[in-house]
Amino acid sequence: MAARALRLTLGLLATLFAASFVIFGALYAAPGDPASFLVGGQEDATPEKLAAVRAAYHLDDPFLVRYGDWLGGVLHGDFGRSLQYNDHVADLLSSRLPTTLFLVAYSAVLFVVAGIALGVVSAVRGGRLDAVIVAVSTLLASIPKFVKALALVAFFGVQLGWFPVTGAGGGFTDRLYHLTLPALALALGELAVVSRVTRQSMVEQYKQDHVAVARAAGLAEHKVVRRHVLRNALAPVVTMCGLIVASLFAGTVVVETAFGISGMGSLLVQSIDMHDFPVTQAVLLLMVLAYMVVTTVVDLLHPLIDPRVRLEGSRA
Amino acid sequence: MTLLQDSQPGRPSSDPRSPGRASGPRTAAEPAATRRRRSARRRKWPLSLWIASGFLALTALAALLASVISPYAPDAIDLGASLADPDANHLLGTDQSGRDLLSRVLHGAGPSLVAPLALLALASVVGIALGTVAAWHGGWVDALLSRVTDVMFAFPGLLFVILVVSVFGDGLTTAVVALALAYSPVVAKYTRSIALAERSKPYIDAYRVQGMSGTAICALRLVPNLAPQLLGYLVLMFGQVLMGMATLSYLGFGAQPPSSEWGLMVKEGQAALVQGALWPVIVPGTAIALVVVAFNIVGVRISDRLGARER
Repeated sequence: MAARALRLTLGLLATLFAASFVIFGALYAAPGDPASFLVGGQEDATPEKLAAVRAAYHLDDPFLVRYGDWLGGVLHGDFGRSLQYNDHVADLLSSRLPTTLFLVAYSAVLFVVAGIALGVVSAVRGGRLDAVIVAVSTLLASIPKFVKALALVAFFGVQLGWFPVTGAGGGFTDRLYHLTLPALALALGELAVVSRVTRQSMVEQYKQDHVAVARAAGLAEHKVVRRHVLRNALAPVVTMCGLIVASLFAGTVVVETAFGISGMGSLLVQSIDMHDFPVTQAVLLLMVLAYMVVTTVVDLLHPLIDPRVRLEGSRA
Repeated sequence: MTLLQDSQPGRPSSDPRSPGRASGPRTAAEPAATRRRRSARRRKWPLSLWIASGFLALTALAALLASVISPYAPDAIDLGASLADPDANHLLGTDQSGRDLLSRVLHGAGPSLVAPLALLALASVVGIALGTVAAWHGGWVDALLSRVTDVMFAFPGLLFVILVVSVFGDGLTTAVVALALAYSPVVAKYTRSIALAERSKPYIDAYRVQGMSGTAICALRLVPNLAPQLLGYLVLMFGQVLMGMATLSYLGFGAQPPSSEWGLMVKEGQAALVQGALWPVIVPGTAIALVVVAFNIVGVRISDRLGARER
């Protein structure tokens, strides 16, 4: 158990290290001089300005020294200065991070609850209802997030006027209200996978002897489903949900742009439009970090959720 | 319990998502009956498959004949008809500059379909080559390639593509190459897994004994033998690739104005949405969704016929 945790953590660190190297090194892959790339978005790229950027970013230092400095800064929470806002990148991030975290958490709650519920209904009722659930959830997964987002805006925002179409709102309830449509746009596409994994896992449990025993003992069907089938079926569902949550961070790029929410995702798009590379680097690094940490935690938790995995591991 | 047995094999199913299950007779029938069996199966094409393949054929036709059949030029500006609702003049309405949406969506079909095809072709060339080399060579080559793949997989969704675009600037070519780079590890991983199994088959050893070089075996025997499976896998990827390309254009990193690529059309139509004009977003958005859904329906069928999902 401890050895596995150590191995996973080391793997995580190695991958993060490599990813940070890619994100940092991308600057040097750009065609032309890194200094002129960094001021690329600005028209007044005088030689003095280039020299200033060169000095500010220590571009004359060797590559590995620069990388070391940058990584050292990042580990202390210093992502450098934004070229456009002339502000510390860390301050920009900290003002936007809560919105994105809220959106991801809200969306996670939506798809986990709805996805598992649909999966249970599919497994218990089966037949035509199952086919309808599969068809609708697959359809939702086949529509790009930005189309779903704008369709929600068009219908619930503009036509019906039930929800605001832009902004993130302040305060908890207002924010919940503002982020309902964005969270839905993010969550709807994930229902297909979650409901199918739930259904499949439950169907496998139905065949097990312990379910037959529970029925034979005269347990009410809803109790059989809840205590025996669903509970035993949950492990793969939890793992899958964890992986999806990890990938939701990347999904915020599109959804925040569609709803005009100022979060991490829209910051990434803006920073690219404005050639603000330090900000791009920081947001990408944080998103990769969030993704990798969540997936590793899911891996680590798997044997805790499902002790049967632990048994198999020790036997092997 | 009885309800659960609905999905048991052997039961004839008209469900497009599970044609594999309905293929029971395929293994049971003898080769002599192949022709009859095939025609019987063709008659059993479910309705959704007919609609989907018909729609795709129409879309391809529209992309080819866009300049002939569209009523207006895609960039003909008519400020007098800005944000018009659908009527006899403009069957699907107009956008903010008064450009006819039907003409634009027809002209956009070309770039919207060709760009994903091109990038999928590029990704499959790179991915199949890398995956085959990794499986064939093994050892440090395999280890190195799988480390590189791991790092690429550390970037969720389109983030790797966004990194490339942020460095090399936006534009359709950059977006296509970047997406191809991002999808090639996926192809490489799949290729490696099936090539490993194929490599251990006796016929490969037979070629080796005959003195055929490793490169020749890979290029002339191994990859061609994997082709059906690979094709089946790539067909299933197409919907996802098309969505990725459209998303990139929507973010402004893919096709650039005045192109009427569908993702870009959605981006340009978004401003009109808050004014209550839904058509500029709904028309291209629906086009993307319909093509992806249709392709998924057809793709699952093709993929099953090619046996990519059974192994």
